[in-house]
Amino acid sequence: MKILVLVKNVPEVAEAELEIEQGALDLEDLEMVVNEWDNYAVEEAVRLTEAAGGDVHLMTLGGEDDEDVLRRGLAMGAHSATHLCDEAFEGSDPTTLARVFAAAVKDGGYDLILTGVQSADLGQASTGVLLAQELGLPHATMAIALEPGAGEVTVTRELENNTSEKVALPLPAVVTVQSGINQPRYVSIMGIRKVRKMTIEMLEAGDLGLESQALGREASSVAGQSLALPPVGEGAQMLTGSLDSVCGQAAAILREKGGLA
Amino acid sequence: MSGVLVIAEHRQGALREATLECLGAALSLAPSLGGQVTAALLADDPQSLAGELQGRAHGLKLYAHPELAAYNPELYLPVLADIIAASQPSLILMPHSSQGMDLAPALAGRLGLPLVTDCAGLSWSDGALSVQRNVYGGKAVLDLALKPAATVVATLQAGAFQAPPAGAAPTASDRTALTELAPRHARRFLEYLAGVVEDVDIAEADILVSVGRGIGGPDNVPQAQALAEALGATLSCSRPVADAGWLPKSRQVGTSGKTVRPKIYLALGISGAFQHQAGMNNSGTIIAVNSDPRAPIFQVAHYGIVADMFEVLPKLTELFKG
Ligand SMILES: Cc1cc2nc3c(=O)[nH]c(=O)nc-3n(C[C@H](O)[C@H](O)[C@H](O)COP(=O)(O)OP(=O)(O)OC[C@H]3O[C@@H](n4cnc5c(N)ncnc54)[C@H](O)[C@@H]3O)c2cc1C
Ligand SMILES: Nc1ncnc2c1ncn2[C@@H]1O[C@H](COP(=O)(O)O)[C@@H](O)[C@H]1O
Repeated sequence: MKILVLVKNVPEVAEAELEIEQGALDLEDLEMVVNEWDNYAVEEAVRLTEAAGGDVHLMTLGGEDDEDVLRRGLAMGAHSATHLCDEAFEGSDPTTLARVFAAAVKDGGYDLILTGVQSADLGQASTGVLLAQELGLPHATMAIALEPGAGEVTVTRELENNTSEKVALPLPAVVTVQSGINQPRYVSIMGIRKVRKMTIEMLEAGDLGLESQALGREASSVAGQSLALPPVGEGAQMLTGSLDSVCGQAAAILREKGGLA
Repeated sequence: MSGVLVIAEHRQGALREATLECLGAALSLAPSLGGQVTAALLADDPQSLAGELQGRAHGLKLYAHPELAAYNPELYLPVLADIIAASQPSLILMPHSSQGMDLAPALAGRLGLPLVTDCAGLSWSDGALSVQRNVYGGKAVLDLALKPAATVVATLQAGAFQAPPAGAAPTASDRTALTELAPRHARRFLEYLAGVVEDVDIAEADILVSVGRGIGGPDNVPQAQALAEALGATLSCSRPVADAGWLPKSRQVGTSGKTVRPKIYLALGISGAFQHQAGMNNSGTIIAVNSDPRAPIFQVAHYGIVADMFEVLPKLTELFKG
């Protein structure tokens, strides 16, 4: 089976203090990590080929520094990678990104294309399905299990409220992968070092036969945007003081509201 | 070019709540858009599901076919394309749900329409849509002004909009029995699967001690368990904790886990992403402990503590022991 996985580098924000520079997130002090959902997708692809043979190819679209997301995937067991890198891509919306990926995929002969359910930064949850439409392929989102069969794949889709559904897709197909589908393997620095010499294919807009006016901000459906931090202190009453005092206050609230002795 | 089309959602014989939230958003936007709100319901027996839509949209279009019992984008797309070609709505709305995430990009891609997903706010001025989205795990808010377009597809964040009262709009409905669906369909619906059998039902608990990724690993779970025991509480968790197998999936709170409403929800090391919030924001009293003062959980919590949970856990446990 020949599998393509789209992987994206995203800033790790859970514990970071975010700063906004000219209406966009200041990435300066943020660590870049593989998008959580894409990590599960790479693991799933590698497992499928380990079980049944085949190749895993990775693709990312991003700046020069984003190559490390590909190296990391190669260290997990992917076989080859493409880096789509061009200033003309900047400011693209998912619809345009999907068009770029479609041009890069064109004659790839993939049986299965995996993406994450969403990218953790903007959470658009759109790129995979839009790519399927561009390529004229069937799709299924939110996969928590994949079972390949003869010429098709059975996908378990996670729905709301602890329910799921099974659907069958003829191959080739596009599937978006939900977290928890597997336990991704650990990647060591040593492992990444081992794949340091693997060649990564670099492609620009011109290589894909794409005109720059069909890309980036010009092609995007967005006219203008601004990013803001929500005001602090809106919402919760903050308990302050020493650790002892804070825990004492919390205990009093627990006793009163929880009816505890 | 006018009005709002809402794609209704249903599963296993019940209309999904989130559809009503879309109707609420549509009805408040409709005056500025200059048009009416139409709901489209595709089902095997749409009349039986339409009750809650009555009085909440100006128009109701019911499409009936036995194969529409379960959602399948392959079957929905051609039907929706026809409705859209005939009615030319300015805006198409659906929930940012497991169905909406599967359908909206497919619809937008198929018809070449602009798409904006997971909107928490919508406004309309000068013939263009502006939306508000929560990004970076809920730690920042993105305002997007879209370029003017004849039709835009948007999905709405669960819980961000209010369902309108019944009677908000008089509804004229018409029903079309579809004799033929798309001739070839690639994707086939097979079956629904119920969630795994529970060890405990977290939805029944009066007090939940809930841990997020901040718990760090399985070795630290007993510390939270000790507090839960001292409080007579039940242990629950956010998605990454269940994904990693540190606690069973049946303990997960949120859109894809369980919705809970305990008297007290004590959130430890949980950032408060909207998919988590949607499962717990109706709890009686929410107390959040997080080392990050900007964690979005503090926006829904009643009480907040900025601290290392591993300092709070043993102290609090001590206060309730024996
Ligand atoms: C379709 C879909 C469905 C989803 N369904 C769900 C769902 O049902 N439930 C759910 O929870 N999520 C769900 N998610 C995932 C959700 O988007 C978030 O990724 C998830 O809720 C984050 O979990 P978290 O807060 O535990 O982790 P993080 O966002 O990583 O936050 C960890 C927090 O712990 C804090 N922390 C770290 N160390 C400490 C310490 N020592 N002391 C105190 N605080 C500390 C950090 O400051 C941070 O705020 C879903 C996502 C998708 C795409
Ligand atoms: N710039 C990118 N490079 C590689 N993959 C991407 C990129 N943007 C989106 N994707 C893929 O599309 C999925 C969904 O992203 P999104 O639609 O942005 O939420 C991600 O999980 C990735 O697999």
